[in-house]
Amino acid sequence: MQAQTLYEKLWSSHVVHVEDDGTALIYIDRHLVHEVTSPQAFEGLKLAGRKPWRVDSIVATADHNTPTDHWDMGIQDPVSRQQVETLDSNIREVGALAYFPFKDQRQGIVHVIGPENGATLPGMTVVCGDSHTSTHGAFACLAHGIGTSEVEHVMATQCLLQKKSKTMLVRVEGPLGAGVTAKDVVLAIIGRIGTAGGTGYAIEFGGSAIRSLSMEGRMTVCNMAIEAGARAGLVAVDDKTVEYFKGRPFAPRGETWDRAVEYWRTLHSDAGAVFDAVVELNAAEIKPQVTWGTSPEMVVAIDGTVPDPDLEKDPVKREGMARALQYMGLTPRTPIASVPVDKVFIGSCTNSRIEDLRAAAAVARGRQKAASVKQALVVPGSGLVKAQAEAEGLDKIFIAAGFEWREPGCSMCLAMNADRLEPGERCASTSNRNFEGRQGAGGRTHLVSPAMAAAAAIAGRFADVRELG
Amino acid sequence: MKPFIKLDGLVAPMDRANVDTDAIIPKQFLKSIKRSGFGPNLFDEWRYLDIGQPGQDSTNRPRNPDFVLNQARYQGAQVLLTRDNFGCGSSREHAPWALEDFGFRVLIGTTFADIFFNNCFKNGLLPIKLPAAEVDALFALCHLTPGYRLVVDLENQIVTRPDGHVIPFSVDPFRRECLLNGWDDIGLTLRHADKIRDFEARRRIEQPWLFA
Ligand code: SF4
Repeated sequence: MQAQTLYEKLWSSHVVHVEDDGTALIYIDRHLVHEVTSPQAFEGLKLAGRKPWRVDSIVATADHNTPTDHWDMGIQDPVSRQQVETLDSNIREVGALAYFPFKDQRQGIVHVIGPENGATLPGMTVVCGDSHTSTHGAFACLAHGIGTSEVEHVMATQCLLQKKSKTMLVRVEGPLGAGVTAKDVVLAIIGRIGTAGGTGYAIEFGGSAIRSLSMEGRMTVCNMAIEAGARAGLVAVDDKTVEYFKGRPFAPRGETWDRAVEYWRTLHSDAGAVFDAVVELNAAEIKPQVTWGTSPEMVVAIDGTVPDPDLEKDPVKREGMARALQYMGLTPRTPIASVPVDKVFIGSCTNSRIEDLRAAAAVARGRQKAASVKQALVVPGSGLVKAQAEAEGLDKIFIAAGFEWREPGCSMCLAMNADRLEPGERCASTSNRNFEGRQGAGGRTHLVSPAMAAAAAIAGRFADVRELG
Repeated sequence: MKPFIKLDGLVAPMDRANVDTDAIIPKQFLKSIKRSGFGPNLFDEWRYLDIGQPGQDSTNRPRNPDFVLNQARYQGAQVLLTRDNFGCGSSREHAPWALEDFGFRVLIGTTFADIFFNNCFKNGLLPIKLPAAEVDALFALCHLTPGYRLVVDLENQIVTRPDGHVIPFSVDPFRRECLLNGWDDIGLTLRHADKIRDFEARRRIEQPWLFA
């Protein structure tokens, strides 16, 4: 048989039907649902008199709108509350394999709770009305974000209409330097290929540096595949992948476990498989990264400077850079390490898992948040992550350092709840998007790793975590 | 879904790359549980000088006079001219809903982000990818010519400029068919219900752990 890429294996094992022009019906194994992109889909289903095809494929949670403090007071914003209550009533009516509502012990960001509960398993197709569904590709799932019409389509038919993507291999070889994390790797990749570099592709991340990452780190990398333009990111199954699922609530057990593992072990690109594009990075050259602009590709290393648009030849790009600098309130050639921050946000589906909190706590331990930093928020990705962190005493480290320890949710990643930047405020954020207004109208977002965010909170400006010792 | 066959429409230029869906429709408007009514908040942060709130009447809000869609010459535009990677970022379908509600039916650009591109077709909105040179020329013509219009013909897959220059484009045959007829995807897919059931039954046997 011809050598296949991981993507091709996942694709071909889910094709139900193909139209003449190659548009395929792909079977969906897992459907993750949250409150923002589902109400119109449930409504559409009801209006058409349709029932969900397979209720036990649905795992739902409320995450985007939920507050991160004063849970005893419920959701204060009436519009947010209505959206969360709408999800409650839709799931009550329709059913689901699992539902983790607001305040549930296992509630959390949809992309954190899926793997954590073993509701995401290798070889699955996973969809969610959320672009960061690419996260689940870290477990060799074909996982991607869909719009609300497609949410309804999957509910009604258990399938999605798809065109096969092209395949790209991003290979990162060599050892990562101390203080350099998965977040820095993926920002460096986006800096290299650009935010549209992966458009039309499914990106498989490979090479020794990717293999050296924990499952948490691989999730961080796949999470931001969408920021490189790719709907799906992928990492092959290895021992770490298999190990991760042992004992998770929805993972198979006993003899079924053995059969599953045997299959999971086939989920890698074959030797000699051909990709449509290959990009190579040398891990040793990657330094801690900080974005300076309003697109994730606008990124520099911590020892770099804000670029000068005058040196850019492409007029559309030059104009875009100038606009970004104006929005960000930055002057060309400023060393990025001299830029002061007003707020720090550690959280989001990119960087809110236990390993991320440990990395940030390691920097915060025994130090103090700079007085000039108005707020340093730590928002765990889920109730389970929060409980684990508290069991390890991380909450105490953060609180002693002057950080705020919050309840789980999306929080200031997109500021749909009360956590947000005020106009002009500058934030070191572990989230994934630095778009204009993303963290609050007029807010200025710089994307960094958890360790770098903690370092910025301590120094009051961007600081090289490698020099903190 | 409204069918799309042919349109002769006024063109508005959105001359920046990487326009993301957060810019197209900011997050506070995503709290709505409806599919309609997003037009007044399309590009909200660029269009108005204050910060918009969901449920607010936008009629008397202060407008940013420099923003392109606020200029008199572009009122009633149905074709939006865009640059690279339009619609990147969040998968929110509220972005095409807002564009459609505002009055756009066609987007013309060099590249579109995958999820956004897909979402457009589900809402009777036609995104057209053209070579960079054609897009550059359209921007120049549109800037120079007040009341600049284009004829977009999906049946024959051509855009015709007022000077008679014809630009061919291509759309996946399946998507084109759906858009021309205004077909509902779900109805089409359910024609294959038996195939889906067979596939599922086989999967239950081969990979039972997926049906826990
Ligand atoms: S954490 Fe941010 S990016 Fe992730 S799902 Fe929530 S809002 Fe989206």
